[in-house]
Amino acid sequence: MPESSTTLDQPTTAEPDGWLTPARRRRLLKFLLYAVAIFVGLVIVVPLSFAILGGFRSNQQLVAAPVGLPDPWIVDNYLRLLQTSSFWQQVFNSTLIAVITTAVVLPLSSLAAFAIARFRFRGREPIYGLFTLGLLFPVAVAILPLFVVLRQVGLLSNPLGVALPQAAFGLPVAIIVMRPFFRAIPNELHDAAMIDGCGPWRFYFSVVLPLSRPVLSTIAILSIVGSWNAFLLPLLVLIEPSQHTLPIGVNNISTQFATDYATVLAYTTLSMLPALLFYAVAERQIISGLTSGAVKE
Amino acid sequence: MASTTTPRTGRGSGRRSGNSRHPGRPRWHTIALLLLPALVLYAVFVLYPIVQSMRYSLFDWNGFGPLDTFIGFDNFARALASGEFRAAVGHVTFLIVASLVVQLPFALGLALLLNSKIKGRALLRTVFFAPYVLSEVVTGVVWRQILRPDGLLDQSLQAVGGESLIQGWLSDPDVVLASLFFIISWKYFGLHMVLMLAGLQGIPKDLTEAASIDGASAWESFRYVTLPLLGPTIRVSAFLSVIGSLQTFDIVWVTTKGGPIGASSTMATFLYDQFRRSLFGYASAVSIIIFILCLVVALFYQRLVLRQDVEGVGAGA
Repeated sequence: MPESSTTLDQPTTAEPDGWLTPARRRRLLKFLLYAVAIFVGLVIVVPLSFAILGGFRSNQQLVAAPVGLPDPWIVDNYLRLLQTSSFWQQVFNSTLIAVITTAVVLPLSSLAAFAIARFRFRGREPIYGLFTLGLLFPVAVAILPLFVVLRQVGLLSNPLGVALPQAAFGLPVAIIVMRPFFRAIPNELHDAAMIDGCGPWRFYFSVVLPLSRPVLSTIAILSIVGSWNAFLLPLLVLIEPSQHTLPIGVNNISTQFATDYATVLAYTTLSMLPALLFYAVAERQIISGLTSGAVKE
Repeated sequence: MASTTTPRTGRGSGRRSGNSRHPGRPRWHTIALLLLPALVLYAVFVLYPIVQSMRYSLFDWNGFGPLDTFIGFDNFARALASGEFRAAVGHVTFLIVASLVVQLPFALGLALLLNSKIKGRALLRTVFFAPYVLSEVVTGVVWRQILRPDGLLDQSLQAVGGESLIQGWLSDPDVVLASLFFIISWKYFGLHMVLMLAGLQGIPKDLTEAASIDGASAWESFRYVTLPLLGPTIRVSAFLSVIGSLQTFDIVWVTTKGGPIGASSTMATFLYDQFRRSLFGYASAVSIIIFILCLVVALFYQRLVLRQDVEGVGAGA
């Protein structure tokens, strides 16, 4: 890539050494670029299609010939899993927790980011700093005291015991992403609203929120995806099997049926499809959300 | 994108807005009401646990019963002297270095590729980024299937006559860490790629054009124009990568549980092992050590790097 491009665009002063004329160099480079792109693409796509297709194989097929298309296609793995109530229960649990998490994160973070972005008050920067501190203490590290806290307040075996901490740990990123967005709302708008007698709450609901729909949907999507994929916290908090979420289900299946490769792959595929579909729909928001804030100017 | 609409004016950026002297300035209780819900939730589930961790770390405690066996910093001393913990630190160090030296340059290369006039850029970006939205559990389970003995990778190698390359990808203590690094990179390089791509797209085209008119080669214009301007993005990426590596847990736990014989343990899997053995005080000390390391990295980053870059730190990697 960068190294191989040293020779690109050399003005005609470059003496044509043998067959490698500048035009040929450029074509060779172009070919190399496409080769790299396709190779990396394959490294991504092959494992995913291996999982999806693997669900359509029998175990014998998976052992004998894991490459290529299934022969014959076996739909049974998927059908069987789709008929189990535990799968749908886990879909429901994952959805419920993702919805609660998002419904808590969005209003709380936007109100706080609004205060931090639009008003000057004593302690503003320390409070903002306090929120950014949370980035350094993720759930995996805080899990132990969190477990003790949840036990104290009786939230073990309760979806709220997952959703509320997830929302709390989601606040830092949400506030960090929203703050510059809210700050960029022109002061003239703020002034005009004030002159019209519109207080901070009216301003928040009638001006800030409608203008911030892109950033709000970004945070919503990040929080849904994060919650959907969460593993450790649900694993510790949701003790009853009936409360398990999809990642727990996948992990359990993959250890319980370690040798039933086809079932494991089918289950894994079913659990990743929602995330992939979601990504297909909301790719723009996800990527712009992650890159906003992190990249300046 | 929000990034383009947020001119930073450095550390005094709040001062430029005239809100403070405004007749309509809200009273303190309005601000308190705006902040309170978030602060309460944050205090209960994030700050209180941090403080509790610090407290537990000073006791010999099994998670139940009274917290009364105060042992000072013995838990910390025990962790720092433990061969297993040191091994975990070594593994995490490997992941950090490998991420910075291999994964980030790779992501930058792909970002440059997607920023060039190659066909199918949008599709490639979609594909490259896709693993990031998968859960670590799914990623780990799928790769475990691919890398198992006689699995997809081994059979593919056999098919092309590469039997000699076959390894115990996840079962050989000498290989497992490299395999895990590959899996982690597989999942996360897309994030760094889109960060750097956004950074590249923020560099005005006229600058590189001017460089090439002045006779700079493509390499020179990359080295002396693009790379310096991309500095802030690369630093954010590096920061996210280091913090993420320090905290690595899910993907390792699902794929190898830190094994075989602890050869792929991380600080967080070590912590979780102690937690499962009900060594709450000890585990708390480990979590404080991880927290302090992250804090040191963050302070170092903030000190060394211009403060302007810090503004936004996208979702942790």
